Amino acid sequence: MLDDVSSAIAANRFGLGARPGELRSVGADPRGWLSAQLRGGPPLIAAADLAASQVTLARALELRRDIQEQRKAGRVDPTRAQEQLQKVGQFLRPIYVSEATARFAQAVQSERPFLERITQFWSNHFAVSADKQFLAGLAGSFEREAIRPNVLGRFSDLLLAAESHPAMLLYLDNHLSVGPHSQAAARLERRDSERKIGINENLAREILELHTLGVGGGYTQADVTTFAEVITGWSIGDIRGRFPGGEPGRFLFRAEVHEPGAKVVLHTRYPDTGFGQGVAVLNNLARQGATAHFIATKLARHFIADEPPPSAVKRLEGAFIASEGDLPTLYRALIEAREGWSEPLAKYKTPNDYITSAYRGLALPVEPGKGPLAPFELLGQRNWQPGSPAGWPDRSADWDGASALMKRIEWADALGARLGSRLDAQELAPELLGANLSAATRTAVTRATSGAQAVTLLLAAPEFMRR
Amino acid sequence: MTAMKRRDFLSLGALTAGGAFLTRGLAFAGVSERKPRFVLVILRGALDGLAAVPPYADPDYAGLRRDVALKPAGAAGGALPLNGFFGLHPALNFLQQSYAARELIVFHAVASPYRERSHFDGQDVLENGSLKAHALQSGWLNRALTQLPGRVPRESGVALGQNVPLVMRGPAEVTSWSPTKMTALDEDTLARITDLYAQDKLLSVRLADATAADAMVAGEEGMQAMPLATPAAAVQAANARYTQLVQAAAGFLRQDEGPRVAVFDTTGWDTHANEGGAEGQLAGRLGALDKGLASLRQELGPVWADTAVMLVTEFGRTAAVNGTRGTDHGTGAAAFLLGGAVAGGRVVADWPGLSARALYQGRDLAPTLDLRSVFKGVMSEHLGVSARTLEDSVFPESAAARPLRALMRA
Repeated sequence: MLDDVSSAIAANRFGLGARPGELRSVGADPRGWLSAQLRGGPPLIAAADLAASQVTLARALELRRDIQEQRKAGRVDPTRAQEQLQKVGQFLRPIYVSEATARFAQAVQSERPFLERITQFWSNHFAVSADKQFLAGLAGSFEREAIRPNVLGRFSDLLLAAESHPAMLLYLDNHLSVGPHSQAAARLERRDSERKIGINENLAREILELHTLGVGGGYTQADVTTFAEVITGWSIGDIRGRFPGGEPGRFLFRAEVHEPGAKVVLHTRYPDTGFGQGVAVLNNLARQGATAHFIATKLARHFIADEPPPSAVKRLEGAFIASEGDLPTLYRALIEAREGWSEPLAKYKTPNDYITSAYRGLALPVEPGKGPLAPFELLGQRNWQPGSPAGWPDRSADWDGASALMKRIEWADALGARLGSRLDAQELAPELLGANLSAATRTAVTRATSGAQAVTLLLAAPEFMRR
Repeated sequence: MTAMKRRDFLSLGALTAGGAFLTRGLAFAGVSERKPRFVLVILRGALDGLAAVPPYADPDYAGLRRDVALKPAGAAGGALPLNGFFGLHPALNFLQQSYAARELIVFHAVASPYRERSHFDGQDVLENGSLKAHALQSGWLNRALTQLPGRVPRESGVALGQNVPLVMRGPAEVTSWSPTKMTALDEDTLARITDLYAQDKLLSVRLADATAADAMVAGEEGMQAMPLATPAAAVQAANARYTQLVQAAAGFLRQDEGPRVAVFDTTGWDTHANEGGAEGQLAGRLGALDKGLASLRQELGPVWADTAVMLVTEFGRTAAVNGTRGTDHGTGAAAFLLGGAVAGGRVVADWPGLSARALYQGRDLAPTLDLRSVFKGVMSEHLGVSARTLEDSVFPESAAARPLRALMRA
């Protein structure tokens, strides 16, 4: 019986919700089932029709450039410019849809759901939000290019890949940031003395606060400002514009934009090695105890409880430090932490968890097009659109609103109406919930007046709202 | 399947938990007492107070803001006039009319007790009402709701959105509401789910709140068919979102025995790059907000006279424009108190100036007024929360932030 509880926890808490038959394959060794998922290489998405970020961004820059040039030449009226801007949106939106659908399909079909959840965790940790210009077309390729290849590597590699990706640079404005004493600043100021040229501290601050040390992790405003100077020049190639040069849409270090000189960040002095100066700061941030603590706390909150037990956090922190940020070692420590196996339903599902587990549990196909994305909008968690660099929140109180609950029930009801005649909820209930299935839910599903209502009740059950 | 839908069912008051709310509401009908309404709008992302309320007569203002500085009131494309020193951003027409009609107080150089520059911790302090981020798991407005005088509906507050923001979380029962495209559940399925949740403390309460809120909205004419926002342009989207929020908020607040307090939040104020001046990114967002507030006034009708709306943000932005024609995270901010119940037509600011020496840490507008002083003033004068409650539970350790007086019409 104990083993049954553990299998349900493995599939529903650590994984993305049991597919029919999955609890049997978890079997008697739930921990082994989880750690086996860490073998077999990174969780890449094999979809030939998804474009690289560079291709998307180069095209988007080109479209925008057309507008800017026409505007400069006085050849467009405002209506026309509006139409042109819409063209950029029309180009980006289908890319967002294919990316989000591909990601969702992977989550629904994956036989390594623990690894897929981990991927989503990191993608949210390094959140770029699709509601900013161009990001709708880049958030998906960011996850495929910067996150997925690195989730089984070292934290420092994941960090560098995320911070130097064009999507992140655009999202947090770093491509616009200019060293006040750089060659580019001198040139631009000669041209326009009214214009102040300088840094934008957005990316530097969020790296410290959200990606590494965490707020209260011991950095000062001076560290933020200096670090922002260190990463001036981390930019994106473009044909024209203020800083022409490089391959359009690809990461480019622009030496002429970089603030010259050695810099002190967090009491450590970094000689000016150009691009290498920022890399050195990132590597040092990845080694800090505050970073280990921050990552351990977030991971424990995601997998164990809203208020993670300090013992578990300590264990994860220790694994992070001892392995120098080796991520599989960290995940194995998470699997081994007994705190994760004591409370079967400690976490309230996010809308993303809820939708994904319903699709998995009912073995629904993810059809191409916008259709499968509708519930994410309805239940309030659009893919890659947290609206803030902090990413989606991860506590029950952030998701358990009255209206949010009613939306889930209404969606479950619509699914029931669509599928109830084909599905047997009585048979499915133990397949989905295993040892978590309560007598009350079993009775309610059995006594339902129709197949449709039975499916609705199963998906609305308290134990299906949690993981 | 029965033809009777959830909303019809609820209006009969037959469902125990949801129905209790409605029945109790009826029992109060006819009792005459003052029924103040309060709306809190949280501007998440740190609104640039020096752009929303430009101190154009400050000698250092234009130099700090350079090409995004707003021109003085009276100049073409300049600020809208307030008191000759401060103006309003030209996109804030309705707010300017409200000021002229003595229904708006503008606060400047305000801040919560938070002095770092993290959005997320800043919002936490703004909402939890304590001195530190994460020090309390409930919000000050919720704690105030537990102590409202007189007879108060069971759900005294509503959050417009699927979930409840921290400021409204806590012991007082509040609900949340957001528009839906789905068809309502049938009566039988809802009753069975209610049964299924009977032993679940969280879900049973949430379900009862949701059904009660839906019943209330269904009782309001014109509230059923609310379209979901889909327009592409950001400003259009923002306009549509405000229309929804405002209609919903008004729908709740117009009810004689409905919630007294509504909260909604808006995002997109984090203007690090290309913020714009009289026109541009921020202007578009301010314009949408201003229109939303104008329609709130219209939708509330006679209830506007009993209403105060407060607009706040977690902190301000740097005094100087940054290297990318935007502004970074700062400290002192602006805030607004608006409504028929407000004794307006004033700017409340102990102006510290914008000289290099006057700036907080050499970069931000220095805060000279604690936002909690404003909140405490509004809570006591408008909602009648006692001074003792305010000091003990709503804003612990806030004795130094004395409540502002005479914010409301007598």
